[in-house]
Amino acid sequence: MTASFPAAARELLRNAQLRRNVAHATDVIRHKRDRVVEEREDWQELRDAGSAIRQHVLENLDSYLLQFEEACSAAGGQVHWARDAAEANRIALAILSSREVREVIKIKSMTTEEIGLNAALEARGISAIETDLAELIVQLGHDVPSHIVVPALHKNRQQIRELFLREMGLDQLGDTAEDLTAAARAWLRRRFLTARAAISGANFLIAETGGVAIVESEGNGRMCLTLPPLLITIAGIEKVIPSFRDLEVFLQTLPRSATGERMNPYNSIWTGTTGADGPQEFHVILLDNGRSRILADSESRQTLKCIRCGACQNVCPVYRQTGGHAYGSVYGGPIGAILTPQLHNLEQGASLPYASSLCGACYEVCPVKIDIPEVLIHLRSEIVAREQHTIGGMLGPWNLGMQAAARIFASGERMETAQKLGRAIQRPFAGTSGTIESLPFLLSGWTQSRDLRPIPQESFRAWWARRGKEES
Amino acid sequence: MTPAREPILTRIRTGLGRPGSSEPDTLAAGLSALPRGYRTCANLPARLREELFIERLRDYGVEVATVPASTVAGAAAVRLAARQARSIVFPAGFPAAWLPGEFNMLEGDLLRPEELDRVDAVLTGCTVAIAETGTIVLQTGPAQGPRRLSLIPDYHLCIVQASQLVQTVPEALEKLDPTATLPTTFISGPSATSDIEMTRVRGVHGPRALEVILTGAQEESPRLDEAV
Ligand code: SF4
Repeated sequence: MTASFPAAARELLRNAQLRRNVAHATDVIRHKRDRVVEEREDWQELRDAGSAIRQHVLENLDSYLLQFEEACSAAGGQVHWARDAAEANRIALAILSSREVREVIKIKSMTTEEIGLNAALEARGISAIETDLAELIVQLGHDVPSHIVVPALHKNRQQIRELFLREMGLDQLGDTAEDLTAAARAWLRRRFLTARAAISGANFLIAETGGVAIVESEGNGRMCLTLPPLLITIAGIEKVIPSFRDLEVFLQTLPRSATGERMNPYNSIWTGTTGADGPQEFHVILLDNGRSRILADSESRQTLKCIRCGACQNVCPVYRQTGGHAYGSVYGGPIGAILTPQLHNLEQGASLPYASSLCGACYEVCPVKIDIPEVLIHLRSEIVAREQHTIGGMLGPWNLGMQAAARIFASGERMETAQKLGRAIQRPFAGTSGTIESLPFLLSGWTQSRDLRPIPQESFRAWWARRGKEES
Repeated sequence: MTPAREPILTRIRTGLGRPGSSEPDTLAAGLSALPRGYRTCANLPARLREELFIERLRDYGVEVATVPASTVAGAAAVRLAARQARSIVFPAGFPAAWLPGEFNMLEGDLLRPEELDRVDAVLTGCTVAIAETGTIVLQTGPAQGPRRLSLIPDYHLCIVQASQLVQTVPEALEKLDPTATLPTTFISGPSATSDIEMTRVRGVHGPRALEVILTGAQEESPRLDEAV
């Protein structure tokens, strides 16, 4: 994490192009999603089932992982376990190096982003080629993804055209979306046909069969999963579902939530290795990297139910204004605000749980019913509790302010006094519009992201008391 | 070989507050007690199911012809000619009666990816099709081939028998369950991307065109196959 959310967001808010792209993209997806969700009369039942299945898996995660391992191994797959990012990268590197692979093709995967796999491979002289169009745009531009499902929505056609011309060494190229897509198809086709290894994430691991499922649109996934002789899948330990037939829930909720389609163009499900169809060698790396710690906190355990559809981002008023980059992490939006700090044991991304207005829109759309506002509040209290344990934190303005607020809110009398005091102090700061646009010193943190309504001349309590008297 | 396995399992169990794994019976009971109030079976008669399938396919820009079993080969010939396909492959086990005789056709299961890259079109059957989502599902095996066969050529023509068509996703998973471990591909329209300014572009890496011939349907419209 390079900058805190407020600093990164301030910078990005200035970038009008990005804001336009993000707003346009989120509007399009939201609209499509609403249409295909509304036509399902059993949408709430699908959410209930999805939520219950994921919760059940988390509560029995050890059993389901063991089941998956056994079934996958029996089908010819090799299962590895990794405690953290470094271990996962080491395992992948060892497999690739021992086969003398110098170049791998990759399917878009937040998990490999999370562990910084590409950089780890490059450090050992193995180049990783992203094959998802948006990821390719991000990679060629030496950029980071801004959205779970549409990682390049911060770039427009002209920017992409210039990038392709330069990086693909082309002489000419049109600037329609079709032209740009065709260029990527031609550029990648050669690589698909010759690659000796592929790396993927997973949408679901199926405990019962040992199968892995990947949901995609472009066909680059199918290419990676079928053509190279070696395939490595890296998946978070929480990705398990109990049985093959449980896909009947997620294959209905995930595409509708993610891209607003009844079904995305391609879903691939494969189990170990299968003779002459697909890779001869298949590895799965099961990644913990902080997940077992999240699991242990019963209040935030539900974070791990996430199926990475991105719907919560598209409805989030904060995300819509800033785009994914401000979250300073591969996971953006409301889910990023709860997942990132937890993956880092609250040592990174501690400002993220505050990057929310707690409006609840994310919960409403979540296909597995993660109560993100509830987790946000829980994390805020965790962060505050942790800060109170440090001297700096104890004497910090945030903590002193919160303690004062707690005292004031606890007593009506003190609140009255505080408001009277506030009314007198606020006069020099109230703008011409009647709102307070910036406050000095310690309180500037509040007004840098919002205008404040001045304390009204009459408090609710005073009005209520007067009203009661007038009526009687 | 995997030194992290036990530590991770221990952390999970400690986190969940129990020393060992749950009993298999408890696990199964927990699983079967989960709420499943969503719709799992069909509520449309066959004819409406077929109409819905066709409508959903057209939504994806997929052409559909509905023909009697006896004219599948003829309908396929019309489509292949319209595409000006010269080299055409089909999977082992593809019904001979469906093969249009006038074309130069090759069984493609053993072709290497570079060879398939020079092929214009592929004909396949499927295992199941889903009306509500306009999906065809292919599994590695007779009449469907290995996965690369229906992936690399630029045009995919799929023959769906009405008896393979179900209405809902849960019905499809039920039908696929006995062969769940075969490589399985759900195909819903041609490959597509909306990555550039959210403009939908059809045809990225998979076949840029997908077409379907539905046979054995309640209401056959040979007219349609001439029209498309
Ligand atoms: S939290 Fe819910 S809505 Fe957000 S990405 Fe995860 S599953 Fe989707």
